[in-house]
Amino acid sequence: MSQRIPIKELTDSFRGRAVGALADDQLRTNFRVAMDSLMKKRADAFPDEDEREGLRELGNHIKARALSRLPDLLEQLEAKLTDNGVKVHWAETTEEANRIVHSIIEAKKGAQVVKGKSMVSEEMEMNDYLAERNIECLESDMGEYIVQLDGEKPSHIIMPAIHKNRFQVSKLFHDKLGVEETEDVNELIQIGRRTLRQKFLEADVGVSGVNFAIAETGTLLLVENEGNGRMSTTAPPVHIAVTGIEKVVENLRDVVPLLSLLTRSALGQPITTYVNMISGPRKADELDGPEEVHLVLLDNGRSGAFADAQLRQTLNCIRCGACMNHCPVYTRVGGHTYGEVYPGPIGKIITPHMVGLHKVPDHPSASSLCGACGEVCPVKIPIPEMLQRLRQENVKSPAEQPKVKDGGAKYSRKERAIWRFWARLNTSPVFYRLFLWGATRLRKLAPKNVGPWTENHSAPVPARRSLHDLAKAHLNQGDR
Amino acid sequence: MSARSNILNKLRAGLAGTTPRPDDFDEGLVTTPWQYAAEDRITRLRTLMEAVHTEVHQVTSAQWPAKVQELLESRGLGNLLYAPGTGHGRQLAVHWQRSCAKVQLMVYDRPIEEWKDELFWKVDASITGTVGGIAATGSLVLWPDRHEPRLMSLLPPLHIALLKASKVEDNLYGMMQKHNWSAGLPTNLLLVSGPSKTADIEQVLAYGAHGPKELVVLILEDA
Amino acid sequence: MSELFYDAAPNATRVAPERPKPRTYPAKPAEVTLFGTCVVDLFFPEAGLDAIRLLEREGIRVHFPQAQSCCGQPAWTSGYVNEAREVARAQLNLLDNGMPVVVPSGSCAGMFRQHYQEVFAEEPDTLERVESLAERTFELTEFLLHVCKVDWQDLGQPTQIALHTSCSARREMNTHLHARELLGKLSNVQRLDHDHESECCGFGGTFSVRMPEVSGAMVLDKTRSLRESGAAEMVTADGGCLLNINGSLEKQQQAFRGRHLASFLWERVSGEVTP
Repeated sequence: MSQRIPIKELTDSFRGRAVGALADDQLRTNFRVAMDSLMKKRADAFPDEDEREGLRELGNHIKARALSRLPDLLEQLEAKLTDNGVKVHWAETTEEANRIVHSIIEAKKGAQVVKGKSMVSEEMEMNDYLAERNIECLESDMGEYIVQLDGEKPSHIIMPAIHKNRFQVSKLFHDKLGVEETEDVNELIQIGRRTLRQKFLEADVGVSGVNFAIAETGTLLLVENEGNGRMSTTAPPVHIAVTGIEKVVENLRDVVPLLSLLTRSALGQPITTYVNMISGPRKADELDGPEEVHLVLLDNGRSGAFADAQLRQTLNCIRCGACMNHCPVYTRVGGHTYGEVYPGPIGKIITPHMVGLHKVPDHPSASSLCGACGEVCPVKIPIPEMLQRLRQENVKSPAEQPKVKDGGAKYSRKERAIWRFWARLNTSPVFYRLFLWGATRLRKLAPKNVGPWTENHSAPVPARRSLHDLAKAHLNQGDR
Repeated sequence: MSARSNILNKLRAGLAGTTPRPDDFDEGLVTTPWQYAAEDRITRLRTLMEAVHTEVHQVTSAQWPAKVQELLESRGLGNLLYAPGTGHGRQLAVHWQRSCAKVQLMVYDRPIEEWKDELFWKVDASITGTVGGIAATGSLVLWPDRHEPRLMSLLPPLHIALLKASKVEDNLYGMMQKHNWSAGLPTNLLLVSGPSKTADIEQVLAYGAHGPKELVVLILEDA
Repeated sequence: MSELFYDAAPNATRVAPERPKPRTYPAKPAEVTLFGTCVVDLFFPEAGLDAIRLLEREGIRVHFPQAQSCCGQPAWTSGYVNEAREVARAQLNLLDNGMPVVVPSGSCAGMFRQHYQEVFAEEPDTLERVESLAERTFELTEFLLHVCKVDWQDLGQPTQIALHTSCSARREMNTHLHARELLGKLSNVQRLDHDHESECCGFGGTFSVRMPEVSGAMVLDKTRSLRESGAAEMVTADGGCLLNINGSLEKQQQAFRGRHLASFLWERVSGEVTP
């Protein structure tokens, strides 16, 4: 398959990267096996359909309620956190967020940062930003660590190194850490543990993400299985949490259903090993925990999605990854094909607001709209509907004023003309029947090469007579 | 204009003319499916925790220090981090003295900065209390304070947690309501549902990723 | 529509629509309109005719308005709203006569039932007619099963088949349940499961030409699992998937084929073997 699209301009596109991924048998096996397992785990975690659907509905309503008063809740969160001794910062862009993080580290003369898993920090490309300023920023989630060690980006939001197998990790550790190769996963994890523990000890600053920010109590809630999140938020003298503005929920009790939806949808677990609820820095009589806690609230295009009531639903996302686990496209091409931080169906609908459609023009169309993503979304984001809407915005002319950042990226006069013709054909019965007559009578002349279709299929040959003809003859109802 | 006001203004513009959605939180959805008869509650918690490699023992509130000693000695461990300022800490110390236990008791009595290296690398095991347990998810609730700081349950390879049987609630929502969490949370409230683990390589489960490799829960019957 | 919004403001924060309640079905009508769909029209007309025969066999008079064309789905899913709306309006006008509409394709029936309300969202006056069409629209297997309540005698030889349902149709119309139950009424037909049965075949309309490599990988997997199911053939009630799956099988020079469920059903109940 790969010999077909070595065209240069395609290598930097979704389609071009997909061709590469599809040709990599190991990668495809890794993903298929992993996604099959994750789908099964989720199914097993929700044995009762009514319970599941009731909870999804509640999750959807909780997020909608939070979004319906988002600015107020953000202010409440800020006030509560401030009362609790946490310093809150606001950033419109990733550049601004990085500057804030950097200035906090600089004020402490920090040189080593250790990071718990955070997709927002990936969005910010924080590691690179800090590295350029001579600050080491080390990932501590095992998957993230593996990926960082190999100079890659995560290929899944929950399982960053899911594209690699144990042999690849073993070779990587051998090459980069100078350890003996081993096929024992336990031993590989212990190598990571020993290496990173020293880093936790030395780190000046810990960075983490946030799963839910609770306005009522001024609490940052983080879920994880490894303990690196607890380590990053407890051991270093400074903790900086970075999160998107959509992560705020109104009440503490709201996290009960959301937590259950998150861990069951993501990994099929009733709960993660650790649920870490942080409500402030170390108090005077306490013996550990950071002396400073900061929260950076990042917009980065989210307010753009928020501005449109339909697209606002994108911000319901709690980053469980179930949509990618169930996506037949993601399963085949893997996360790197998407070329951006968030892969899979959620990536397709959130990324355009962050980077603009010009940068990801194929995102909306790289889907068969099969609907698997929307069916499993724990907060009921109508993902296919969002994709369809983005397709609309993607083909708008400048005069039609697209409502999404860099909309109209796929606007083409030629394509528009084709669809105009199609509409004419399908709204004029005479014209349509003439077309049917021609297509069926001249079927032998049907082209043998129908562009990309005939890459995968034999050329479609119209029937001898159309259903219009057959039905007319059969029913003898005449023209009406 | 600051980033803060720009963001808030944009969000407010998006909501112009709308009213907030009502709070239709249905607590039945997070409680009804997760209710247990008193005699099943511990079984449920135990089953779930054991399913994720937690070692669970049911012991009496008089016997547990001996059980701790046995656990440590059978593993050949050299030391145990404990909190002498707590009731269970005192009980443990008394037992240790009486039984002439060899395992050295250590105390988290200085700020972390003063003994980071030792704490990170040299402590074999720790014992902490819990404020309760949750049957629905098989979770312990930890409320770290100055006696039992946050890292006590995270750094040592073995963490032993004491759980009073009477403090096990059906579900997280019930726990939250009963203890009125929203009225005031500690610096760091924790739910712990097993030893540290990861499945980041080929989805193969490995325990002891960054936190304890082993979690032992001693459920204390109020005898 | 109304439950989508908490308040009247168009920019009000939305919640997901309530779960659809199980559909209630009317008594068997005396006449229906068949909406053939463009793919069946041009590529599988015999299936359309077999659908008519199946309906007539139940004593129903079938109308086939010659002015019908396409439901508008290709333009709609490609983002060309205006073009989709024009074509949709033509069908809406044509079918605006209160008669039940039977569609031998789940995804096109889903377009009528689920998506026309989005297509015409900004035309409150049209929405009433859209709702009427939605209520009167039935996918063929659904109609045979729940409205005609067919009771068939299977006249065919024992056979084993695999069933493929279009993803959107399955999710919007429960076509998998209808087709399975209908096939269950045929005593000599055994339905075999295939690997990843609920996974998309890779068609997705323009997806198959915009992302031919990904689509191709999907249809290759689908055809493999169908062939490996042990079934003699595949049946489906969706023309798009059929075009995709059969086109791929032919390109691979495999003997295995799929066919439209209407043709398969007609063969079983009429005893006529289609050439």
